[in-house]
Amino acid sequence: METHDAKRVAIIVETPMQRRLTQAIEDSGVTGYTILPVIGGSGRSGAWTAEGQVSRAGGMVQVICVIRPDRLDDLLKHVFDVVERHIGVVTVSDCQVLRAERF
Amino acid sequence: MMDGLLTLAIDNLSSPLILSFVLGVGAALARSDLTFPEAAAKALSIYLLFAIGFKGGVSVADHGADLSLGAAILAGVALSAALPLIAFGLLKVLTRLDRTNAAAVAGHYGSISIVTFVAGTSVLEGQGIPYEGYMVAVAEAMEAPAILSALWLLSAGGGEKRMDGHLWREIMLNGSIVLLVGAFAIGMITGKDGLAEIESFIVSPFKGALCLFLLDMGLVAGRGIRQSRGVITPGLLLFGVVMPPIGAAIGLTAALALGLSTGGVLLLMVLSASASYIAVPAAMRVAVPEADAGIYLTLSLGVTFPFNLTLGLPLYLAAAQAVIGG
Repeated sequence: METHDAKRVAIIVETPMQRRLTQAIEDSGVTGYTILPVIGGSGRSGAWTAEGQVSRAGGMVQVICVIRPDRLDDLLKHVFDVVERHIGVVTVSDCQVLRAERF
Repeated sequence: MMDGLLTLAIDNLSSPLILSFVLGVGAALARSDLTFPEAAAKALSIYLLFAIGFKGGVSVADHGADLSLGAAILAGVALSAALPLIAFGLLKVLTRLDRTNAAAVAGHYGSISIVTFVAGTSVLEGQGIPYEGYMVAVAEAMEAPAILSALWLLSAGGGEKRMDGHLWREIMLNGSIVLLVGAFAIGMITGKDGLAEIESFIVSPFKGALCLFLLDMGLVAGRGIRQSRGVITPGLLLFGVVMPPIGAAIGLTAALALGLSTGGVLLLMVLSASASYIAVPAAMRVAVPEADAGIYLTLSLGVTFPFNLTLGLPLYLAAAQAVIGG
């Protein structure tokens, strides 16, 4: 089956920043993304877990979007404006999609 | 008076509410795998906020709203805005926190902890002391002004402007504020008849649900304490237990000026003494990401909250009774 090159951008960000991030993604012209809950982890700011949190401030989410390679630079520019000062991880990886017209 | 204070403190410490919190802290410190799913914690919090708001609204519908309600709300807003300035000054004296972290911590101490407020109402009910139902509205009014003060403290130090339209909207339409105000309005509109319809859901199970929520808060606080070694210095620890009585004393002065009953005085003291762990941390993560959440969340939830719950409440009630009588 024929596949097409695409880029998969995964951003882990603090929950209070979620809406700003998805807005930035939409502002860059990307309308498709998926938000996943993050259970817990550890990093430069120490270990944390979403379990039982009484404040949204303590949680994180992962936002994933799969895009055409030519859209990457513009998306990253918009995303970076939001996450620059915040805790989080932005990764970009190559992937293959079956229906290129959807991205 | 000391005997009365001691009895009250022991009664308070041996209540199911406090013991549930202690269980949570103990389990977290002992590294037990006891945890609450995130959704369960959120569901409990929605239930509690709805019940608190609704009952407050019914009480206002029952007794009628008058000028004293408006005056109390204005006093609450002023207290919430002013307390961070005092907290900031105290932090500068007691700790070596930089301006960013000190302003972020200070913001938490102007805002309120609704669970401490509810524990205060529970102590009053246990003692048979009435209080003004509209104090719930005062609690709600005290959530946000402190955030503005904290951001002002930052910008006054030459920092960049942190407030934008989005943040303003997020603060004012924060889920807990909307739920509390909305339930309060429903309670006011439907009054005692409305309460009678849902009483079996929001009144009888309330304390049991609160116990579970406190158990979860104990777990979160215990985890924070375990991870905070090296972050919470002796100076910060001292601030976490000195600032609440200072806030309570200022709240007492305001409550006396308002002419509140003994119960109302205690509740305004509790609101002034408590520190936020829901609305303010969320706003600080957005506006001041450089500030260390490990400091302000641990201080608010792991030091000040347990202090107020265990020792603060009896102390503030004894002070309120000594000043007002009754």
